[in-house]
Parts: sequence; C-alpha cells; structure tokens
Amino acid sequence: MSETGSHENVSDEKLPKEQENGHGAVAGTDSPFADPGLPPHEPRIQDVDERAAKRSERVVAMLFVVSMLATLGFIASFVVVPVDKFVYIWPIGKIGALNFALGTTLGVALFCIGAGAVHWARTLMSDHELADDRHPVAADQETRTKVMDDFREGAKESALGRRPLIRRTMFGALSLVPLSGVVLLRDLGPLPEDKLEHTLWSKGKLLVNENTQEPLRPEDISVGSLTFAMPEGLEEHDEEFQREIAKAALMLVRLEPEDIKDKRELDWSHEGIVAYSKICTHVGCPVSLYEQQTHHVLCPCHQSTFDLSDGARVIFGPAGHALPQLKISVNNDGFLEAQGDFEEPVGPAYWERRA
Amino acid sequence: MKKLSARRRHPLAALVVLLFALAATGGLYAAFAPAGEAKADQASSQSLAIEEGKKLYDVGCSSCHGTGGQGSSDGPSLVGVGSAAVDFQVGTGRMPAQQPGAQVPEKKKIYSEDEINQLAAYVASLGSGPIKPTKSQYDPSGADIANGGQLFRTNCAQCHNFTGEGGALTHGKYAPGLGDVDPKHVYEAMQTGPQNMPSFPDKVMPEQDKRDIAAYLKTVNSKDAENPGGYKLGGLGPVVEGLFAWIFGLGALIIVAIWVAARTAKAKKS
Amino acid sequence: MSTASSESTAAGRKAPAGERVADWADGRLGIYSLAKANMRKIFPDHWSFMLGEVALYSFIIIILTGVYLTLFFHPSMNEVEYHGSYVPMQGVRMSEAFASTLDISFDVRGGLLVRQIHHWAALIFLGAMFVHMMRVFFTGAFRKPREINWLFGFLLFVLGMFTGFTGYSLPDDLLSGTGVRFMEGAMLSVPIVGTYLSMFLFGGEFPGHDFVARFFSVHVLLLPGIMLGLLVAHLILVFYHKHTQFAGPGRTNKNVVGMPLLPVYMAKAGGFFFLVFGVISVIAATFTVNPIWALGPYRPDQVSTNAQPDWYMGFSEGLIRIMPGWEIHLWGHTLVLGVFIPLMVFPMVLAAIAVYPFIESWVTGDKREHHIADRPRNAPTRTAFGAAWIAWYTVMLIGGGNDLVATHFDLSINSITWFVRIAFFVVPVIVFFATRRICLGLQRRDKDKVLHGRESGIIKRLPHGEFIEVHEQLSQEQLHTLTSHDQNKPYEVGPETDENGVQRKVGRSNKLRARLSKGYYGEQAQIPKPTAEEYREITSGHGHH
Repeated sequence: MSETGSHENVSDEKLPKEQENGHGAVAGTDSPFADPGLPPHEPRIQDVDERAAKRSERVVAMLFVVSMLATLGFIASFVVVPVDKFVYIWPIGKIGALNFALGTTLGVALFCIGAGAVHWARTLMSDHELADDRHPVAADQETRTKVMDDFREGAKESALGRRPLIRRTMFGALSLVPLSGVVLLRDLGPLPEDKLEHTLWSKGKLLVNENTQEPLRPEDISVGSLTFAMPEGLEEHDEEFQREIAKAALMLVRLEPEDIKDKRELDWSHEGIVAYSKICTHVGCPVSLYEQQTHHVLCPCHQSTFDLSDGARVIFGPAGHALPQLKISVNNDGFLEAQGDFEEPVGPAYWERRA
Repeated sequence: MKKLSARRRHPLAALVVLLFALAATGGLYAAFAPAGEAKADQASSQSLAIEEGKKLYDVGCSSCHGTGGQGSSDGPSLVGVGSAAVDFQVGTGRMPAQQPGAQVPEKKKIYSEDEINQLAAYVASLGSGPIKPTKSQYDPSGADIANGGQLFRTNCAQCHNFTGEGGALTHGKYAPGLGDVDPKHVYEAMQTGPQNMPSFPDKVMPEQDKRDIAAYLKTVNSKDAENPGGYKLGGLGPVVEGLFAWIFGLGALIIVAIWVAARTAKAKKS
Repeated sequence: MSTASSESTAAGRKAPAGERVADWADGRLGIYSLAKANMRKIFPDHWSFMLGEVALYSFIIIILTGVYLTLFFHPSMNEVEYHGSYVPMQGVRMSEAFASTLDISFDVRGGLLVRQIHHWAALIFLGAMFVHMMRVFFTGAFRKPREINWLFGFLLFVLGMFTGFTGYSLPDDLLSGTGVRFMEGAMLSVPIVGTYLSMFLFGGEFPGHDFVARFFSVHVLLLPGIMLGLLVAHLILVFYHKHTQFAGPGRTNKNVVGMPLLPVYMAKAGGFFFLVFGVISVIAATFTVNPIWALGPYRPDQVSTNAQPDWYMGFSEGLIRIMPGWEIHLWGHTLVLGVFIPLMVFPMVLAAIAVYPFIESWVTGDKREHHIADRPRNAPTRTAFGAAWIAWYTVMLIGGGNDLVATHFDLSINSITWFVRIAFFVVPVIVFFATRRICLGLQRRDKDKVLHGRESGIIKRLPHGEFIEVHEQLSQEQLHTLTSHDQNKPYEVGPETDENGVQRKVGRSNKLRARLSKGYYGEQAQIPKPTAEEYREITSGHGHH
C-alpha cells in the first residue's frame, strides 16, 4: 500500500509515474491529457481549526446521546403505550400509537448512531486519500505451469484415464444416486388423475346462496342482480371447503331470454337465469366484476372479459376459453337445482384438458 | 306499539308511507284513494309531491329519460327503478348527468333534499321499484362488522377493492371508492344496482347483511377509520407500496448515501 | 507470527490484553495475515458505490426481523375461528397462518412494527439490488474480472424475488392467496407435467393444506440459505477484486484510490447500516405495508380488484396481463400458450440482462481487466441497451398495474392493455436509439469542453461590438478525466479472400460479431475523442485569452 499527500514514506512524484506506465498513457508525458496524479490533500476546516473539530466532536457525542435517549423512549413506549391505542397524527390520520412510538424511537436511536459514526468519519478521521495497487487476477505463467503439472501428475496417479471400467462405473453410480432424492419427492402430492375434472356439483344439488346459506328460488334472482352460489351440503367448516369452493363457486345472473345469443346457454338456463363458474379460465381468479348493462364480466386479476349473454365467451384479455356453464332447472319444491356437474373442467386450462 | 308510534313521529315516516303507496300500481293507488281521512291527507300530499316532482322532472330529466320516463337513446327508462334509485342517483349528484361518457361520475348534488323526494315520488309513481330506505334499514350502528367484511369480500371487493377504495372496469368504467359514502347511498346502490353495478336485492342479500356491509365500510374506510400500521397509502395494495418503497424508501437512502460519500467542506475554497 | 508474539512475551513486558487476545486468536485462526491484507484495504468513495450496501443492510435487517417473526408465526393451514383483538375479524374462519399474523399485528407488542420493517425492508432490498445492478451495468463494472460476481449478484436478485414471493404468501391472506392461485394456474399451463407439478407443490388440489408450511421452509431456510452463501461469495469477490473507481487524476487501472477500511470506511459503512435501519424503522412506524387485516383471509372464491404482486414480480404480472388468450388444442391435449408464453418470457427478460456481459465481451473481444468504471455516455451502445431494458421492464410494470393506471388517469383499461401490447415491442427500440443519440451528444459536449474549454458565463464585448462568451480552459485534471476512456476499433472479419485469391472461410458467428462490433464501435456509435494534436492546434490558435 502506498500513500500520497503528506505521508512521510512516499514522495508525491513517485505515484503518478507508476500509474502512467500501467495506463497505456494517451500520449507521451508531455501530452496535455496526461494524468497529473492525485491532487494534493486539502485540509478540512476541522484539520486546521481545533474549535471546529471540537464542535464536530460535540455533534457526534450529541447524536450518540440522542440515540441513547431514543432507546430509553423505545423501552418506555413498550411498557406504557397499550397495544390497542390509537393516536391522531397530522396529516397521517388515526394510527396505531404503539407502532408509531416504537418505530420512531427505534428509528431515531439507530439513525443517530449511524449519523454520529458517519459525521465522525467525515470530519474527524483522516481524509487523506490513499492508493492501493491492484494485481492481475490471473496467475503468472510459472504458477500456471506448476498447477497444470501437478494436476497431470495427480490425474495420472489416480489412473482414472487408464482404467475406463472404474471411470464409467463411477460416473454411472454418481449420476444414479440423486435419483433417490427425486423418488423421495414422489409423496409430495397425489397424481392428478381426473381430480381437476370434477366439482361437487351433481344432478339435483340445490344452489345455495353464499350470503344467506339458503337454497335459491328463481324468483330471488332478478334481472340486473348478481348472486353467488355454492352446492348444497358444502359448509364453511368442512375439512375440504377451500378445495371444493375453489372449483364449485358459481355466479348467477338473470338475463332477458331474448338477450341470450348462445343457443346452448339458453337451453341450460332457467327463465333466463344462467349459472356460470366463478373461476376464471385463465389462471383461476374468481371473475365476478359483472357489468349488468353490458352483461360483461371482468376478471380483476388479468382483465379477461367474458360475455355472459353469449356463452361467456372471451371478448378481451388473456383467458383462452369461455367460462363453463352449469345446467340448471327448478325442482318440484321450486328451488333451483343443478342438472349435473360442469361438462368441462372449471378453472385454468392444462395439458390433459380436452378441448 | 311504542316502537311503532315512535316511528310514526319520524320525519321521514310520512314519506315512507307515501312511497309504499307509490310502489303500488295505478290500480292499487286508485283503491287506496277513497280510504280514511289520514290516508286521504297523505295521498293528497303525495299527489302534490308527484306533481312537483313531475315539474322538476320535465325541466331536469326529461330530455334524456323521455317526457314520461320511458327512456330515450340518451338515457334508460325510469319505469320501475323506484324511489331508492332516484335518491341514490340524484342524492350523490350523479344525476342529472353533465355529459355522455363511459360512466356518470359522482359530483356535487344540485337538488335539495325536498326536491329529490319530489322527484323520487314522481319516478316511483311511474312503476313500482325499490323504495328509498329508512334510517333503521341502513343504519350501521350495532351491526356485525366481521360478517360485513366477509360479505364485502364475497360480493363487493372484486370491483370496489378490499376496503372499498374502488377499481377499474372495462372501457373506462370504474367502481367508485366507497370512503365516507353515506350508508344510505351504499344501501340504495346495493338495492338498485346503479349504472353497471349489479343489484343485490334483499332476497339474496337481506337487509341485515347490507347494514353489516355498511358497518364494515365505516370501520375500515372512513375519515375516522383507524389505521393500525400508519398511513395507508390509499389502501391500493402493492403497486403503491412499491412506488413508495422506490421513491421515498430508496430515495431517502440514496440521499443519505450521497451525504455519507460526499466530500467534507474544505478549509480553503478552491 | 506466533514466534514473534512469544518473543514479545519472552521480553518480559506484558502486552496489553487486547493484543494478547489477538495473539491467541492469530495462533489458531491466522487472523494477522488476513488483517494485513484487509485492515487498511482501500475503498473508493462514491454514493453510487453504496447502493449495494443498501441491499446488503436491508438483507441483514430482513434476517434479523425475520427470525423474530418466526417466533410468533404458525406456518399452518389448519382452519380456526378468529377471536383475537382485531374486531372486524371476530369469528371469521381463517388459517392459523393468517390468525397468527393477526396476532403478530395486534397482540404482540411491537410485532406489527417488526412485520412492517420486514416487509418494507424486503421491498427496498429488491429495489436496492435493482439499482445496484443498474449502476454496475451502466458503468461497465461487470467486465473482466467481475463477470462471475455479476452473475452472483444477478442470482441474488432472482432468488430475492422468489424469497419475497414465498414470504408475502405466508400470511395466507386474500391478496397473496390470489397470487398463489395465479402461480398454480401458471404451473398448470406447463405442457405434459403441469398438473403433476401443481399436485406435488400443493399436496393435492389447490389450495390444499400444505403450501404455507412448504413455502415457509423455502422462505426461511432454503432460499435465504442459498442467498447467504451467494452473498458471502459476492462480498469475498468484491474484496478480492477491489472496488472499481471512476476515472480521475491519479486513478488508474492499476490502483484503487480511496479511504482505508480502518477507520474511515468502517465508520462510514458501519454507520450506514444504522442509517438504513433507522430510515426503514421510521417508514415502518408511519406507513402501512401489506395490511393483511384489511385484506382478509384467503378464500378461493373471493377476490379483490387491485390484485397485484409486490413490485419485483410486477413485470411478470404485466406480461401475463397483456398476453392474448392463445390456446392450442391438439390430439385431446391443450397447449395453454396464453399462460405458458409469459411464463417462458419471464426468465428471458431476466436472462437478457444477465448474459449481457458475456455478449459484450464476445463482441468486443476485450480480454483485458477493467477497473475504471465507464461513464455511461462513453459506452453508448451498452447504455442504450440498458436503457432499453429498463424501458421494457417499466412497460411491463405499467401493464401489471394497468387497473390502477386506468382509475388514476381516467383511462380505459382496454386501451392501456393495447398500449402495453404495442409498447412491449416498440418502446425498447425507440429508447435504444434515443439513448444512443443522447450519449453521442454528451460525448460531443465533452469533446467541446476539452477543446474549447468550459463556458464561463462571462460575456465579453469585443472592440468591434461582437459579444462572445469567455471559455475557460479546463485544468489538466479535468482534461485527463474527460479523455482517459478507451475507444475501441470495430472488429473486422478481414478480407473474404486471402492474398492468393483463395476464398477464406469466415464463420457466420464471426460475421455476426463483426456486424455487432461495428454497431458498438462504428462511426455512428462513438464520437472520436479529442487528440492531443487537436487540442494543441486549437489552444495555440486562439490562445490569446
């Protein structure tokens, strides 16, 4: 390590010259663009004025003291401020008092330590710029030759090249052994089989209103309204509620039958009430941003838009196919019921899904 | 009994009865007319309201909705939308609309409360529809906030965001923010389904559920809502959080870094 | 060294306690040779060299707060009914993961603060890595010998993204659950094995009962473990290579000029840790992040608008939002291109910037070590590429936030989506050429400054009435700084035929390389820097003022 400036060991002139020859200098040393070398060190106010240095010292100490006080404040807030207290802070509003007190005191305590240390370094520690030499990362030729020779020697002694039987069986064994790890992952989950193709819906299952948990009647569903339904028998505290609702969630809207453009949709509806899967065919978000005037339903996640008056076909966005429709009718007691499961898998498309 | 008499003295009581009456078809209305004296009184004040309402309507609404509320190419039919719809649309300033666009925005309302009631009475007389709610129907005090939250997430959050900050719909339409919206208007919107919003009639979302939702909204999104974690940055989720982290978080740290790395003032100005 | 220390004790004078401890440790760990090389190691001072430190410190903060959070968090998807102190969730069914996150937020004193520090620090960590990476990129600090370290840094960024994703998914709230659902949909789109991947990750059908626990071990153990290893390697290499520096008087490719580790850099860097921690604490005290209590527990049939991932995943969100819904049906199978293409473009976006150093070194054929950081203007093609990449990334971020752009700028979400679809292809190209032109303009200005001096702002009236601005000659320091960068010649394939007229085989890759190299160093891509002769000619010409 070498040093410039007023350091006693190194002369000022020595360093730049050293650097020049390594730099592939622009032109000769008389070039107007030649490297003039490190500029001489200029003292700071604190270097020449002891009173300024004292002031800096006091600022640093004050910052450290503020930090100490803030830590005490942190402990005090922890003890004193109840966890459920709120405080009005302008202009933020009513916010959690403990979170605010703890965070600000901790922040101040930490910040002041940092500010003190940096101010100390900036004003009181030496600001002489030093230069350190770099050395090429690559080894010199001699080292390289030595390493290569050593390697050849070692490789030769191992006889790996001469005994292919050992070599091949060893690579074979090493490449097979990780398979055990892969096999162990098998029980992470079951095989897909046809799990994604079925939902809880089946013939005769009533459509239960998600809000009231009551079975729905056709007259409950008026034009322009939006209703969410799930299959009868599914309860929120069921073990597999989440899994089932993820596939069975349904949205119901009533259209004027003459507004329905798709023949199958009309056939599967009841008095204009159509039941569609709520699960987007793109990646499975619940689509339900229903615009009752346009009969479009938008997915909030990626903006796939489906036209509920036309077989829920995709009219915008990244979804690849229409929302599956559930065939519904009314049972003898006047309740809406499913006429079977969805005819195609609900939710996102996947490799095994038949078109 | 006590309850009923208390309600009878409610300032809106007359109006409620009136609107109930209006909800009936013209034939039923005719059947009411020859009833007792009190009712006759109400009926006359009601017909007065309808008359006044019609005058207001002809001036302010008929150019788009047609002279008889039958609708035109510029505005939908108002037959059967009910007094709740009028109270919502006019009470939030959406109607009368200023200009055609993707959606009619909320603005300062231009009719007085009385005028709105007269308009509502007139429109309700055109055909039965959802009736403007009484305070007891929408008053959120004492309602189940947690249930309201669940209902909100099932029925409303998809358009209006987790805590009702609003969100985008197709082609420039949007679900408005619900911060500090009068519970009455929240109730009426669910009841009537204004513009592209679907309705949530009492049969699929009972009155109590609507009150729960209003209570939830009041708790999480009003000017005196409590924010445990500090300023909520609009409640719009990770996009705003990310912007904040970049601009203010990283920004502050870069400013600090500039200070740390900067040269200290020299004794001699060069 | 141990002999030296035994000698000093043998001399009878007892060394101070600190020295004796150091001697003891040196005898076992060899710390003196380590300290000899590193204690007074030089680090150059520049604020942009501290961006990596912001990342490092926020990572440490994340680890500290993360350990605290594991003490209270239950990584379990068992369903419970909530009866804690947050009223709007009373009696709501939720997973234990969500319930324990509510407890951390409302019942553990300071738990909310730590959660918010953890999350804000994570957002800032990724942001700091991003800007650090860009600093390294635009100054060419990835060149030999630092290519490997560039890759380490890049891997840290990518792993950071996934650590973040698995982390914010842990509370099992409605927002993150929607994100996990998206991930499941994306996995399903993978041809042939998609359904298997999904079943194995979720332990059956989505959402199952396992993913929180599995994400937990990935989030707190697997990914941070790898990141810690990479981070240590990254720092060792920074020490080993020594930091780059900007050109300037006395700063050459063979030295490093700055402040020594002990004491200045130690105080500054150590202090900076506290500054970063302090700033993040104050942010966490005053600004909410990821208020899961407002989002509610996850249910696959519920959703909210404004469903976005944290910012660092935002560009992938943009990709998926702007993609048209292509699906191909073949032989009873479905190829879900609408999801699978974005899923494949996602790593390609990242790879584009990751492999750039190798492409540049191939095109330029530069095998030298570089320790002087380039000014971005002096490498116009690289700068243009980087700016184009950032523009590309930003376009995708806009796509990912299209619904908020729509509501806040009164625009149609459909128009924004179409804008982003087109901008995805067009904007990077425009930005590339615009940036290169700007760089060339700046190079011209530098040349002007070198040859004609700095505009002093002093207006002088000449005797014949003409007004001129006095130009002030630059100092030798400034002249050197502005002219010390390298300017390469484009790589030439050479003549197609050799001296005997025989057709020479020129590989296609060589031709490509020559073309790219011309793009880099051709006349259109750099302004020849002033020569000493030009300078002398001009300065002697009107040296009268």
